[in-house]
Amino acid sequence: MDNNNGTTLIVMSGDMDKVMAAFNIAIGAAAADKKTNMFFTFWGMKAIQKGNLTGRGLFGRMIGLMNRGGINRIGPSSFNFGGIGRWMFRQMMKNHNVPSLEELRKTAMELGVKLMPCQMSMEIMEIAREDLIDGVEEPCGVAAMLEKSDQSRQTLFI
Amino acid sequence: MSEELKTSLKLNLEGLLCPIPIAKISKAIKEIPVGTIVEATATDPGVLADIPAWARTTGNEVIKMEREGKLVRFYVRRLK
Repeated sequence: MDNNNGTTLIVMSGDMDKVMAAFNIAIGAAAADKKTNMFFTFWGMKAIQKGNLTGRGLFGRMIGLMNRGGINRIGPSSFNFGGIGRWMFRQMMKNHNVPSLEELRKTAMELGVKLMPCQMSMEIMEIAREDLIDGVEEPCGVAAMLEKSDQSRQTLFI
Repeated sequence: MSEELKTSLKLNLEGLLCPIPIAKISKAIKEIPVGTIVEATATDPGVLADIPAWARTTGNEVIKMEREGKLVRFYVRRLK
């Protein structure tokens, strides 16, 4: 068995369209029996947060409010219009029987995709371990991500 | 038909879009014995390219794939 046949995705974006592409690719990779890892950093943290308010200090709580997580809160990178675009895209996806982001994340996890949270992003934005959804890996750094990347055929930065 | 296609499992992927058909067949193929066949129906035209590509990557065999109007019916044999 080829041990370096995995797929690694670095999810830096917190936009609905990019996160959706990331999960679609991860699901495709995992379904093809590749060891698949997704490293969520910076804006991508929103996709693995529970959605409660985060932060301890003033700035931490400000960003926690303005950049609130929860995968159902993230909007498209264009045409969001304060949330109307997000609602429209979710309607379109529902009408065409496309799974929602929550369902895609669940399917990915069921297929064994590992969700790795970025420790540094959590420090800066004061996001605690309890603010993340269940089932993610322990927060880690670039060395852990790069090790997975070494074992992957493709590493994608989204 | 010279081949008799004894299917171990029938999978309904109708109405499902990429990447869910791949996710489901990946799970289904692990449930049948090696050498047996999954028969599936799908409506997503993407499966015409996706299923053969998935089969090549995972080392399984697409025995037959045909369109029946809006439906695509295909048979995959588990090889390992």
